[in-house]
Amino acid sequence: MTTTDGSSTDDSATGGSGDDEPSDSRIETAIRDNHPALITYLTAGDPGLDETRRYVEALDRGGADVIELGLPFSEPVAEGPTIQAAITRALEAGTTPEGFFDLVDALDTEAPLVCMTYTNLLMQYGPADSGTDVEPFVERAAEAGLDGLIVPDLPAAEARPLREACDSVGLDLISIVAPTTADERLETLMSTTSGFAYVQARLGTTGARTNVSGATHESLARLDGYDVPTAVGFGVSEPEHAAEIVAGGADGVIVGSALVDLAATSDDPERDLEAKARELKRGAADGLADRELPASPEPERS
Amino acid sequence: MTDSVHSGTSGADDEVTTSDGRFGGYGGQYVPEALVPALSELADAYQRYVIDNEDGFRDELREHLRTFAGRPTPLQRADRLSERYNREIYLKREDLVHGGAHKLNNALGQVLLAKYMGKERVIAETGAGQHGTATAMAAAHLDVPCEIYMGRTDVNRQRPNVYRMRMSGAEVTPVDAGSATLKEAINETMRDWAGSVETTHYAVGSVVGPHPFPAMVRDFQAVIGEELRAQIRDEIGRLPDSVVACAGGGSNTMGTFDAFVDLAERRAADDSRGRSPQEGTEGVALHAVEAGGSRLGVDEETGVAPNSASLSTGTDGVLHGALTKLLQTANGQVVESHSVSAGLDYAGVGPELANLVERGRVTPATVDDRAALEAFHRLSRLEGIIPALESSHALGYIEECLGANSGTSSAGADDDLGEVIIVTVSGRGDKDLETVLEETERRDLEAAPDVEVFDG
Ligand SMILES: Cc1ncc(COP(=O)(O)O)c(C=O)c1O
Repeated sequence: MTTTDGSSTDDSATGGSGDDEPSDSRIETAIRDNHPALITYLTAGDPGLDETRRYVEALDRGGADVIELGLPFSEPVAEGPTIQAAITRALEAGTTPEGFFDLVDALDTEAPLVCMTYTNLLMQYGPADSGTDVEPFVERAAEAGLDGLIVPDLPAAEARPLREACDSVGLDLISIVAPTTADERLETLMSTTSGFAYVQARLGTTGARTNVSGATHESLARLDGYDVPTAVGFGVSEPEHAAEIVAGGADGVIVGSALVDLAATSDDPERDLEAKARELKRGAADGLADRELPASPEPERS
Repeated sequence: MTDSVHSGTSGADDEVTTSDGRFGGYGGQYVPEALVPALSELADAYQRYVIDNEDGFRDELREHLRTFAGRPTPLQRADRLSERYNREIYLKREDLVHGGAHKLNNALGQVLLAKYMGKERVIAETGAGQHGTATAMAAAHLDVPCEIYMGRTDVNRQRPNVYRMRMSGAEVTPVDAGSATLKEAINETMRDWAGSVETTHYAVGSVVGPHPFPAMVRDFQAVIGEELRAQIRDEIGRLPDSVVACAGGGSNTMGTFDAFVDLAERRAADDSRGRSPQEGTEGVALHAVEAGGSRLGVDEETGVAPNSASLSTGTDGVLHGALTKLLQTANGQVVESHSVSAGLDYAGVGPELANLVERGRVTPATVDDRAALEAFHRLSRLEGIIPALESSHALGYIEECLGANSGTSSAGADDDLGEVIIVTVSGRGDKDLETVLEETERRDLEAAPDVEVFDG
């Protein structure tokens, strides 16, 4: 059950994003250097890998600070209708893990790239005799130039082999924090995630919404005081949402379905994606300007 | 978090990084973070109510099973089949459970558990519509609102069950994604649950899904094997030589087999469930029969398997929250499965069953569409029992091993079925009549009955 325990943890480090210790994570650095950050998602291969390459470059020009690329899996249980449909299109277009890695090889973006996919694809990649080992995937991901992974069906208790593989090649493994994540679980997730903490704005699946949920503000309140950058996703579609979320304390916003939808319906997707990224980025910046002064002074640094 | 009592089954001969709910390397909890707290809560409720009988849960469930579901079900000697094969063939009559299949054993357990947990709503997926019907009936009986997700393909081929669910007051939501069968229905139910988890229980319909579902559903179905073990002892004074059941997700299989699975690995569990140690069960051969469809194998190009033989031909991977054997492409995309029987039409299988097969305790087998249809007609004619198409696969296996043509089939070559054989008839075939008539005609089967009696 969700607890709405709003207390922050006192025993964690200095808190907020004010920590300027240099990180060896390119993702974390990108978020801190471009604070508040815009993180964008597209499904790779929708409608084809060539288009994805151009769309990603457009988002990069528009100011996306981290770019997530979905590697399509046939059973996307965390996804709402928009991304499900994109995944179906990408699979019908013949997108494979190998094609995905070739795309990443070919991409030259300022923003670090993150692969979002499901456990089974990680396990199956590699020579037939590698069984369900995740190392071949992780090694190829690092070689292709990816900086991190998000795996929505791999909770902390199952993630150890993947985390070890990621650590050994310097990839970030980004944990998702849900509205139902509380207490000890929250501690564990916040202490093991790397790059940033993906704060799931609401229960349910991905998909553009017309408002920012109350759960988002509760989650951000619970996460206040942790050292890791936080970025909020699930339902974010407009600059005003970005502003509200950043004003609420997030270090970044994650926008997926709204961009997937734009790419699928626009008559000039590159132009529109670039413009949309710019708007969202501006929305996030407005949110920072609006951020209320902390009620109590920042804790002293020792 | 609470350890399942069955976590003791894992690991003995398999070194895998284990989390909760492992059967050897299989099982686990591969679900979105949002669901993890709910699964911990469920594992805790499973331990307290189902295993420890807190608040008299098990007593209440037993009463519902007796008065509402019609348990115990008979173990019947099939006289004409026994004659045909020159063996002692017994049928465990789960087709006589209220609703027409073993599914109610689990549905009643989970809907009752949902009430004990204070959940306001129950959701479930269904393939053949049997689990959906059972859940709808249990929900009506126990007065809990209920919504069933069902693939569009299955809605169309299992109409009578859609009507029965609606009659029982359940909402039925068709799912259009992919092949629009059981796999997609499970995806959609998981998505609903990811949004409604605080007030809703997901009553998974087979021994699949994340921990604790595979262990819990097995325990709810274990009544099948417990009864038949006692019944065959009463009847002939000893255990059977073999037990045969069909496997889709594997719930009637695990429910039937549980009473015969190695005691040593289950001792703690059995004690806590108040069951007496099972002696001499190692000698009982266990056969799980899958749908061979039209042929075995996976078509990589189209991403389709013309069968649902995941135990026999699948490879290790993660589907619906568990590491198990599944039908997939080399890249790891889960394929569409196909079987004439909607209830077996699933690309995965329960993780415990996958482990029992890996350990050699359970023998997997396949029976194709045609042989299942023939078995459907055979049982109807010879014994006056119209079996579900799912169950017909188990009956078709007996024919392939022991029938007149068994010499030509690979199954017949090394028959270890023995003298006394029990087949679980997991359900009745009323729901399948339309499909069977169509498929029979298409294939020109010899056994086909003449149904040209309608006028106009
Ligand atoms: C009569 C019957 N038998 C068997 C099955 C297969 O399920 P399981 O393998 O979980 O027993 C079904 C599923 O709907 C069914 O309706």
